[in-house]
Amino acid sequence: MKRKILIVDDELSVRKSLEEWFLEDGFAVETAEDGTAALRKMDVGPFDIAVIDLKMPGMDGITLQKRVREIDPNAAIIILTAYASVQTAVEALKLGAFDYVTKPVDPDELSSTIRNALRQRELTEENVHLKEKVTELGQTGPIVGTSPEMLRVLELIRTVAETDSTVVIRGESGTGKELIARAIHAQSRRRFFPIVAVNAGSIPETLLESELFGHEKGAFTGAQYRRKGKLELAAGGTLFLDEIGDVSPKMQVDLLRVLETKRFTRLGGNQEVTSDFRLVCATNKNLEQLVADGVFREDLYYRVNVFTIRVPPMRERREDILPLARHFVDKYARAMGKPALPITPEAEAVLLGYRWPGNVRELENAIERAMVVGKGPAIGEADLPVHVGDHDRGPNGISLAAVEKEHIERVLRETEGNVTHSARLLGIDRATLYNKIKRYGIRR
Amino acid sequence: MAGVIYVAYLNGYAPAWADFLTEAIAESFAPEPVRRFEAELDLAPAYASERRQYHATLILAALLRRLPEAGSRMVGITSVDLFIPVLTFVFGQSQLAGAAAVVSTYRLRSQFYGLPPNEGLLLERTIKEAVHELGHAFGLVHCADQSCVMHASSYVEEVDLKSAEFCAACHATVCAPAER
Ligand SMILES: [Zn+2]
Ligand SMILES: [Zn+2]
Repeated sequence: MKRKILIVDDELSVRKSLEEWFLEDGFAVETAEDGTAALRKMDVGPFDIAVIDLKMPGMDGITLQKRVREIDPNAAIIILTAYASVQTAVEALKLGAFDYVTKPVDPDELSSTIRNALRQRELTEENVHLKEKVTELGQTGPIVGTSPEMLRVLELIRTVAETDSTVVIRGESGTGKELIARAIHAQSRRRFFPIVAVNAGSIPETLLESELFGHEKGAFTGAQYRRKGKLELAAGGTLFLDEIGDVSPKMQVDLLRVLETKRFTRLGGNQEVTSDFRLVCATNKNLEQLVADGVFREDLYYRVNVFTIRVPPMRERREDILPLARHFVDKYARAMGKPALPITPEAEAVLLGYRWPGNVRELENAIERAMVVGKGPAIGEADLPVHVGDHDRGPNGISLAAVEKEHIERVLRETEGNVTHSARLLGIDRATLYNKIKRYGIRR
Repeated sequence: MAGVIYVAYLNGYAPAWADFLTEAIAESFAPEPVRRFEAELDLAPAYASERRQYHATLILAALLRRLPEAGSRMVGITSVDLFIPVLTFVFGQSQLAGAAAVVSTYRLRSQFYGLPPNEGLLLERTIKEAVHELGHAFGLVHCADQSCVMHASSYVEEVDLKSAEFCAACHATVCAPAER
C-alpha cells in the first residue's frame, strides 16, 4: 500500500518540486497552499507524513501543526523552515513535530528524515506489518549446490547466523561471497535491521573513509553537508565489508578501534557516535600472507578472523556446474519471458570441461549470454563464449599488458563491440573496462 | 509501441564517452530505439544567480519543446549544476511517466569530491543516473532493491553502490509501459 503524504507550502514551486520528488519515491501525494486548504485535505487522510512550511500567510505552521495533530495524531509532522527561523522550528519539535529541515535541504537529509519518520510510524503499527517485512528481507538469492563442499558452507551459515561474531568469507572472486553474507544476515536475529554493503576494493581510500565513518559539513572539499557513514547506517544490522584485504594501513587502525569500542567520530567531527553492528567481511586475498608481509595488521586479523567460511571455487565443486547452469537458465528465462531451454549434451561437456577462473559469476554470465544469443530450441556449444570451448594456449613471452589488450580486443570482437557484455564476460566492471580501452587505445 | 529515446547533449557538451552512454541506454531500454542528439537550449531563464545553479524543472520544459516527434522521450545530458526548489541540488530530474529527463554530470565527477578525474567512473555514474531518470519517465518509482538502478540515491556513493540495471520487476514495467 502506498504511503500518503501531505505537503503544505504557500510557494507553488516548492509544492510542485516536493510533489514530484515524493511521487518518484512512490508516495501518494496531496498538496495544499495554506492551513485552511490543508485542513480540508485532512478528509482524504489519514496521512503518514505531513510536511508543513513554518511561515505562511494566514494560519502559520505551528498552529496548523496543532490542528493536524488533533485530527490525525499518528501523522508524523516535518517542519520546513528557512535558516533564520530555526528557533521557531525547535519550538515545533517541543509541540510534537517529528523533525524539521532547513530550506534548501540536502536530498540525503530529506530522505533520511522521511525514512526515520516512517520507521517510527512502523514501530507503532502492528506486528503483522513486521512479519511481512521479515519475508521481504528474507529473500536473498538462493545458494545453489549439492556438492559436499557447498552443503558444508550452508551448514556453516546456519551455525554462524545464530551467533553475533565477526565472520570472514574467503574465496576467489566470483564465488558469490556477498550472497553468503546476505544469507547469514537473513538468518540472524539482526534480520529486521539493514545489511549495508561496502566494497573496500572499488572505492578510493579517501572516499572509503567518509563512506564508512560519514562526515561533518566542511570536513573536506565538496563536503557541503553532514552525512552518516555506513557504520551508522548499519546500526542494529550487519555491515558487509567486501575485500577487507584491500583496506589501507591507516583505515585498518580506524577499523580496529571501531570494532573494539563500537564508537567513532565522523570525519571533521569531534562528537562520538555509537553504532551496534555485526561485521561480516570477505576477501579473495590470503590474509595470513598479508599479515606475514606486514601489509595487514595482525591485531585486526585476529579481531575479524573469529569465524571463517571458505567458499570453494567452481573447479572444486564440479558437480554443481550443471545444476547451477540450469538454475541460471531458469532465472534468465523468467527475466526475459522466454522458455527455459535445455542444454545440449555437447554444451554440457564444454561447460564441464572449462576451468571457470571467474567462478559462478563467469558461469552466470556465459548462460545469460547464451540465453540472449541462442536462437535454437536448446543451448548449444555455439551459444557459449568462444573462449569457454578453447584450450589454454601456452605462454609465449609477451607482456601481461599485451595479453590483456589482446584478450579485451578478442572479447570485444566476440560481443560486436558491446562494452557492457564484454565487461561481464571479462568479470570486471564497465568503468574499469572503459578506462582500459582508453589506456590501450583499443578501437571498437 | 516503441518510441525513440533521444540522448541529448546540451549546449556543446561532448564527453569522450558519449557513444558508450548512448549504447548503454539502448541496452537498458531495448527494443526502444535510442539516438544521439545535440541540442542548444537557452539556459538563461533556468539560471538562479543567487545559488549559481540551474532549475532542473525549467530545463525539462525547454527539452520538451525540442522533442522531435510525439511518443518519443528525451534525456538531456549537461555539465551544469542542477537544483529544484527546496533541495540543495539534484543529480537529475524527470517527468514521472512523461517524456523528458535531464542528468547533470557536475556532481558525478570525482573532481567535485577532491579526487583525481576518473572518466570510466563518471561514465558509469552517468549511465546509472540517465537510466534512472528515464526509468521515471517510463513511470517507475523508486525501488527497494538496493542493487536496482531505480533505487533512490541522494549522494554519489549511493550511486556507486547500486548497479546500472533494472531489477526483474522494474524491467518488466519498462518492457510493458503503461499508456501515456
Ligand atoms: Zn529517482
Ligand atoms: Zn527495481
